[in-house]
Amino acid sequence: MRNLKTFIQDFGWPRIIIFFFLVGLFIMAPFVNVRLDASISDVLNRFGQNAIMVLAMVPMIQSGCGLNFGLALGLVSGLLGATLSLQFELHGMLGFLGAIALATPFSIIFGWLYAKLLNKVKGEEMTIAMYVGFSFIMFMCIMWLILPYSNPTMVWGYAGKGLRTTISVENYWLHILNDFLAIRIGQFFVFPTGLLLFVALFAFLMWLFLRTKTGTAMTAVGSNPDFARASGVDVDKMRTISIIISTFLGAVGIIVYEQSFGFIQLYTAPSPMVFPAVAAILIGGASINKASMVNVIVGTILFQGLLTMTPSVINSLLQTDMSEVIRIIVSNGMILYALTRKIKVSK
Amino acid sequence: MSAQKRLTTLFSRYAVVIIFVIITLVAIPPSGLSIKYIVQEIITRLGRNSFLVLALLLPIYAGMGLNFGMTLGAMAGQIGLIFAVNYGIANWQGLVFALLVGLPIAVLLGSIAGLVMNRAKGREMVTGYILAFFINGIYQFFVMYMLGSVIPMRNRAIVLSRGYGIRNTLNLESVRQSLDNIVMLRVAGYTIPLVTFIIIALLCVFVVWFKKTKLGQDMRAVGQDMAVAEAAGIPVEKTRIVAIIISTVLACAGQIIFLQNMGNLATYNAHDQTGFFAVAAILVGGASVTHASIVNVFVGVMLLHAMFVVSPLAGQNLFGSAMIGEYFRQFIGYGVIALSLVLYAWRTRRAASDARLGLHGPQNDSVKGNGGQP
Repeated sequence: MRNLKTFIQDFGWPRIIIFFFLVGLFIMAPFVNVRLDASISDVLNRFGQNAIMVLAMVPMIQSGCGLNFGLALGLVSGLLGATLSLQFELHGMLGFLGAIALATPFSIIFGWLYAKLLNKVKGEEMTIAMYVGFSFIMFMCIMWLILPYSNPTMVWGYAGKGLRTTISVENYWLHILNDFLAIRIGQFFVFPTGLLLFVALFAFLMWLFLRTKTGTAMTAVGSNPDFARASGVDVDKMRTISIIISTFLGAVGIIVYEQSFGFIQLYTAPSPMVFPAVAAILIGGASINKASMVNVIVGTILFQGLLTMTPSVINSLLQTDMSEVIRIIVSNGMILYALTRKIKVSK
Repeated sequence: MSAQKRLTTLFSRYAVVIIFVIITLVAIPPSGLSIKYIVQEIITRLGRNSFLVLALLLPIYAGMGLNFGMTLGAMAGQIGLIFAVNYGIANWQGLVFALLVGLPIAVLLGSIAGLVMNRAKGREMVTGYILAFFINGIYQFFVMYMLGSVIPMRNRAIVLSRGYGIRNTLNLESVRQSLDNIVMLRVAGYTIPLVTFIIIALLCVFVVWFKKTKLGQDMRAVGQDMAVAEAAGIPVEKTRIVAIIISTVLACAGQIIFLQNMGNLATYNAHDQTGFFAVAAILVGGASVTHASIVNVFVGVMLLHAMFVVSPLAGQNLFGSAMIGEYFRQFIGYGVIALSLVLYAWRTRRAASDARLGLHGPQNDSVKGNGGQP
């Protein structure tokens, strides 16, 4: 009984409520004519779409930089890679991997500069990261208008310049991961094997990395920077590495999202994608200074499950669209809960 | 060495203001706008925005940083206005009614914000920011589902056709510029909304007076050092909550003034950018996370809005695209906030390291802030 109590305390009431709410939605689904198999297929798909962006939160939380509200820098690197891959007419798997390869140098450069900045403002990272992310998105809005892209599928038809707000990847690398070894059962259920394998690969690599010498040093910096410095760890270097990895994962994450979603969304589209990633890892049980692979997986499933199930179930139940309001309250409530929670020192 | 250092300190303190003046001055000629037009716009926008920006002052004094949670007050004000339109109360009486409805809501939301921020000391800004989003969800729920179903609405014209929830845009015709138009002063071709400016002036007097009261002094002490204030017997947590409540209430009144000037209310997103514009304005005016004055408010509103007036047209004429100007002004708005936060964090860290150096004894004349000088 005491075990259960400490478990609940550690896990936190909000997460338990969200969990039971989601279970309730699944139980209710068949009664309001929502197909369970289609719903589960949707949840799996959206889990795969978003998991890598949530994974991007892990390194910075571990190294003590807090929640990466500046994930937008990574997302924009990914957008640059994706648009360049279309510009160079790269198709199929080559196009997808090409997009990642082309995004990598951008993510490293942006991540490095971002790290330089955050190392100068220790303790104030989160607010500053948020505004750096916003202003960078706005800067890139101008860039999308004036960069010399020329592929007609991407450029506004009548003006002949400036990128469209949404660009279809249909003839390039749509569903390249989703359809890889996909298992179709019945009319409504598809298991996106390739997508989930790709996510699993990245989660495994991250898990492995956190157990290497560098990874351990990074965690040490996050747990106690003074102690880490005293034992000879270069604090700033570890933070820089973690920020670059986070930015890179953001770039990969959005490319994976696009191949599944089918569209590259430019301009202000990246800014509303940051908060859900932050909320997801917190729902999974991470705090602002500790995160694990389990948090990523559980959090993404819970959060995306909620986003998938509330519109379909609640709407057919109440005949109104409350999903947006529920999404706002749950995601921000979760971040708020994490920010106001007393940080546990030892575990 | 010392002179150079003083110069860099001076520059880092006023960097944002200097950059802003330069950008605006450069953008005026290509915009093709006359100085007279720009000045009139700035006068109008001073009346519209100053009150909201002044609401940020007290939390800064109390050491809670920039109150991004002021959006909560704005939402309270909007609920007040919805009810004023609902009961058909026109003119300035409608505004007073809106304020009376908004006030208790603002006090409630302000105390919630204060309690939440007390649980997140040192992270007030990001917490306030997220709290605004969270309460926004509840606001949407209230306005979209509760009004007209649980709480009856008398004026069916403002209710969505499905029978409950308020329409996306609310026409504030009945109260439009009712405050501004009580006495509209015309001086040398410029129109000045006198009563609005008198109210703003009264608020300034209030702020100056408040700083001298016991509570105001306590607030500054808490802002300096919470531990010391606690030891001196000041109820730290309570003082911080009061600062946030006052700020929220002022934001509520400020949003009502803002909206009566605009003349219509975008029910579900009028408050989205309230905090952003107010914070950007006070920072552009030269304030920092810990220091702000009334002068910063007015300088900031004038500079920020001069740029807002000028940049879309300048973008149109320079690059042939109004969108570039629009993105540019948002880029500058967010960039200014980021830059001033960075400069502030960087300055505090350097001051701390200077203070550490100072402990080694006076090696050169640049030692400052060692705290031990006679």
